[in-house]
Amino acid sequence: MIWEIIYVFLGIGVAFNLLASIGLLRFPDVYTRLHAGTKCTTFGSIFICLAVMIYGLWRWYDGDKKMISLAIHAFFALIAILLTNPTGAHAIARAAHRSGVKPAKAVVDDLEEKK
Amino acid sequence: MNPFMITLVLLLLSIAIAIIRVLLGPTVPDRVVGLDTINTLVIASMVLYGTATKMIIYIDVAIVYALLSYITTLFIAKYLQGGEL
Repeated sequence: MIWEIIYVFLGIGVAFNLLASIGLLRFPDVYTRLHAGTKCTTFGSIFICLAVMIYGLWRWYDGDKKMISLAIHAFFALIAILLTNPTGAHAIARAAHRSGVKPAKAVVDDLEEKK
Repeated sequence: MNPFMITLVLLLLSIAIAIIRVLLGPTVPDRVVGLDTINTLVIASMVLYGTATKMIIYIDVAIVYALLSYITTLFIAKYLQGGEL
């Protein structure tokens, strides 16, 4: 039962990470590539960390005393990913716009109209 | 075979696809986006490797790598938009 949950979570994580890299290769400009490469990897990495946490808690419940620290460290890695990844993506997008890269095929550019 | 190890191999394939974008990228922000994606994938790979080999020290390395790569991304973005560091 618990192995099936771990398999499903690992499958979701790997599928979203592979889709992120394929989207990074196929999209036309910086902003859509950022859309693929940051959101999908955040979602996939959250599910991989959740699978590791479930595995660690399960092993700890079965009597392996050392595995509780695996679950706790995976939880802190998940918090680090959640805090740092969207903030970095926002900084990259703003920097790309200010350094003069225009969106391909864009109709409305709200950030440009403010000047 | 260990399911965490199979997942790790697929993630390494995904990192290899992202490296192609870093090499091809026409502008500098394209390469920065590729590097940011590779950073997140390396964090997930370190967590999986530490679980597959039951060495918890790799997950500590993943936490420190996440924070350091975040600072690196912020500095590169600050440099790209023309501000002083």
